[in-house]
Amino acid sequence: MVMHFEYDIEGGDFSKAGNVSSLLKKTLKQLVGNHKIVKRIVVSMYEAEVNVVAHAYSGKVIIDIDTDKISIQVKDKGPGIEDIEQAMQDGYSTASEKVREMGFGAGMGLSNIKNNSDEFELTSKLGEGTELKIVAYLKNL
Amino acid sequence: MKISDIVEQFNLEVFSGKEGLAREVKGGYVSDLLSDVMGNSKEGQLWITLQTHKNVMAIASLKDLAAVILVKSFKPNEDTVKQSELEGVPILGTTENTFEITGKIFQYLKENEII
Ligand SMILES: Nc1ncnc2c1ncn2[C@@H]1O[C@H](COP(=O)(O)OP(=O)(O)OP(=O)(O)O)[C@@H](O)[C@H]1O
Ligand SMILES: [Mg+2]
Repeated sequence: MVMHFEYDIEGGDFSKAGNVSSLLKKTLKQLVGNHKIVKRIVVSMYEAEVNVVAHAYSGKVIIDIDTDKISIQVKDKGPGIEDIEQAMQDGYSTASEKVREMGFGAGMGLSNIKNNSDEFELTSKLGEGTELKIVAYLKNL
Repeated sequence: MKISDIVEQFNLEVFSGKEGLAREVKGGYVSDLLSDVMGNSKEGQLWITLQTHKNVMAIASLKDLAAVILVKSFKPNEDTVKQSELEGVPILGTTENTFEITGKIFQYLKENEII
């Protein structure tokens, strides 16, 4: 069982935020049923997707579903993150006023991703973009 | 306990997603911050909020929440309603504020030993 998916995400388009997560959830439910990993990976996928929409210009999602793990890469073109440690702190957010009014911008997204993945790697180049790599293991299947 | 029992008990308006009214209620979560709900809500909970846009339904559906309750007579946006119908997750409404409706539902779920 090896599946590979790629999706494009458009920055600023909140009406489509969550579409990739929704597709991933449906696919995984068919493959592994009501397994806890589906709930975890869906939280990470959603937060990663919204971060591209809220903070970057465009992005690409690459999903690999393996027999023992699910890997997700999200690469975006955007402003990048100056201080990753600071960005990881709960409550830190640079979201615009408009985005905050919608209820985004609590500064909790990145820690939601970290808490719901087994491997987490966030790298960024200022003025170029950001890359997120996460892995969740399907133990006990 | 079903969502329809809550609707009846508290005279809630049903905006959309009638199909989902037979869903089981396992508790509730209250927040207007989306990533708080994403990180901390649990399957089967009612979500009480004043957010009315479409992303609310994405979260409710991804987290398998039982239903969304909009407070203070807020109405869902048109595309939020559409998404609710599509996913079968009900959007309900009350004239009361978050404090009032949460207190009442909390007590009701407690009395019925749901929480
Ligand atoms: N892809 C990205 N490109 C640029 N900056 C980013 C990106 N992802 C996160 N950031 C920065 O890190 C901060 C924290 O991100 P995090 O997801 O934790 O919170 P948030 O998006 O601000 O709010 P929310 O709680 O709604 O997710 C953001 O406010 C932003 O400054
Ligand atoms: Mg975020």
